[in-house]
Amino acid sequence: MTEMNMIEAINFTLKQEMEKDENVLILGEDIGRNGGVFRATDGLVDTFGERRVVDTPLAESAIIGTAVGMAVRGLKPVAEIQFLGFIYESMDQIAAQAARIRFRSAGNYHAPMVIRAPYSGGVKTPELHSDSLEALFMHSAGIKVIMPSTPSDAKGLLSAAIADPDPVLFLEPMKLYRALRENVEEERFTIEIGEANVVMEGSDITLISWGAAMAETKKAVQMLEENGYSIELIDLRTIVPLDEETIIDSVMKTSRCVVVHEAVKSAGVGAEISAIINEKALFYISAPVLRVTGYDSPYPVATVENEWIPSMDRIVREVKHVWELSLD
Amino acid sequence: MNWIEPNIIDVNPLQQLNEQGILTGETSISDEEKLEIYKWMVKARRFDELAVKFQRQGRIGTYAPLIGQEAAQVGSAFALEKKDWIFPSYREAGACFVRGTKPSSFFKYAMGHLHGGILKEERIFPVQIIIGAQTLHAAGSAWADQYKTNGAVSVAYVGDGATSQGDFHEALNFASVFQLPVIYFVQNNQWAISVPYHKQTNSQSIAQKALAYGMTGVQVDGNDAVAVYETMKQARSLAREGKPVLIEALTHRMGPHTTSDDPSKYRSREADEAWDKKDPIFRYRKWLEGLQLWSEEEEQDLNASIEEELKQAFNEAAETTTASLGEALGHVYEKPTNRLKEQILEWEGSGESK
Repeated sequence: MTEMNMIEAINFTLKQEMEKDENVLILGEDIGRNGGVFRATDGLVDTFGERRVVDTPLAESAIIGTAVGMAVRGLKPVAEIQFLGFIYESMDQIAAQAARIRFRSAGNYHAPMVIRAPYSGGVKTPELHSDSLEALFMHSAGIKVIMPSTPSDAKGLLSAAIADPDPVLFLEPMKLYRALRENVEEERFTIEIGEANVVMEGSDITLISWGAAMAETKKAVQMLEENGYSIELIDLRTIVPLDEETIIDSVMKTSRCVVVHEAVKSAGVGAEISAIINEKALFYISAPVLRVTGYDSPYPVATVENEWIPSMDRIVREVKHVWELSLD
Repeated sequence: MNWIEPNIIDVNPLQQLNEQGILTGETSISDEEKLEIYKWMVKARRFDELAVKFQRQGRIGTYAPLIGQEAAQVGSAFALEKKDWIFPSYREAGACFVRGTKPSSFFKYAMGHLHGGILKEERIFPVQIIIGAQTLHAAGSAWADQYKTNGAVSVAYVGDGATSQGDFHEALNFASVFQLPVIYFVQNNQWAISVPYHKQTNSQSIAQKALAYGMTGVQVDGNDAVAVYETMKQARSLAREGKPVLIEALTHRMGPHTTSDDPSKYRSREADEAWDKKDPIFRYRKWLEGLQLWSEEEEQDLNASIEEELKQAFNEAAETTTASLGEALGHVYEKPTNRLKEQILEWEGSGESK
């Protein structure tokens, strides 16, 4: 065990996976000598050389599109998009090419590749750096979406993503890159993609969150526990596939649910979770499923972003609201 | 100041076999290969005519005709080696046949069969619908071959319309920066659906665009199978050395963009007639006849055997059992997610209740 923050865990994992399999190579903007703008790929070019750590020209569609070609032809590319807000430029290559190739070739071709991208607000970035866009990819069948919130989860899930036979989008919360350190197993391990983590068991209300939003959610849970609420906290870890079983089991036990995410509210992952609970556990719940989310606007400028991002106060308020709305 | 002006770029299309079927250059093509190339071109054209007819009869779905582009497609694909990969658009049946694709596959694709047009054993990427997207896949594929030192090249087939797409430019840039063994083969057929070449780009040629990326470009008479073949051979050896090439094959789409549009709305019969005189098959046949390699009798035999082969291919496609939606849903991920398993079960249930 070694103490690591998330960025160190990601760097460690990339190195470990590249040592394990020489077909793994990484490509993206500024990932070589510069080691990535967040240092996720720091030092890797010294270890593996420019053949396997490729600084590309500044072209998002090409980074993903060439990775598709490589992946189909037997390499294991791990592509980096410098900030998630820039991923729109490669949307066709992700949603219409990588994600669909298995389906439209009836399983004859597939693109086993990983796309890493930092996202999340609260770090006062310029425009289009912080957006949470996971719902776009949940709506694009054929790709998996992972959003870890801890260093250890990042390590186990990144190893699983690189081993996965399907394209995987691996979204890293910028805000949590260096926010916390924990003991991480150095030996290679994987966490199953699609398995949520029940962070804390409780009986009153289920709180569901993931990625960057887990930080404020955890703070809120602490506050609520102090106020006498028994909270069950679920960290989804993976958006696609979605661990419906864990969600339903929990809601059947607590009968109340609040979903917290940083992305905008409309047609977000929270809406999907709410619909699942409606379909599968309607008669077990005693209050409507509520959502604490970003507002339905583009991600805002730095001076107002703290009001935009779901805060501990907003989460606590909505949990209390659900409690008041309850039928029992 | 040394201004770089468009008019300093001089592009002369390479031609070996002129419109009258006279060889004006040299060729390394053996007599046996000469005949093979001809037979592939005739087969591509007959397939095309039948596909259009079948679409009109409602026996297949939308089809994108290739008539007029036989020399570009056959000449280029014929110059490749078995280990090479091609990345076609939806108009490349002729090139795919040369790689070993059965005509029944293309009929099945046009009929909407799940297993239509799947050409892995022939080292062909699935037919691309999004214009220009395959240029990047070809670069990635070439990258994989370079990484594994396989000595194979990858070829992306696109039309003139694709050269306006961002992906095309990003692909050329990557190919050149990373010295990838890739060839970009543009069939400039003069039309991107209804938009003519001069409204697609203000460049005098597509070939010259290579210069901006620091790579080799060449313009070739795309209706001249000999010139296309020789150009592709040379491009292949350059690409293998890590010198990617952009080839512009000047040709003409004699038919509509697809069976859904009507070219009489956007182009004149007079302009078409000028191109008809450059017909790739006509001049090639005249050449073969002049060389005493081909006769009317052989032509009739060839037509009869192609007719029979295509008839059988169509029947095979028409008799192919339709795959189920349940099977299709099993191909979204390697293993269906729980959500998909549920939906497959739901579909199976709805089947029973019908």
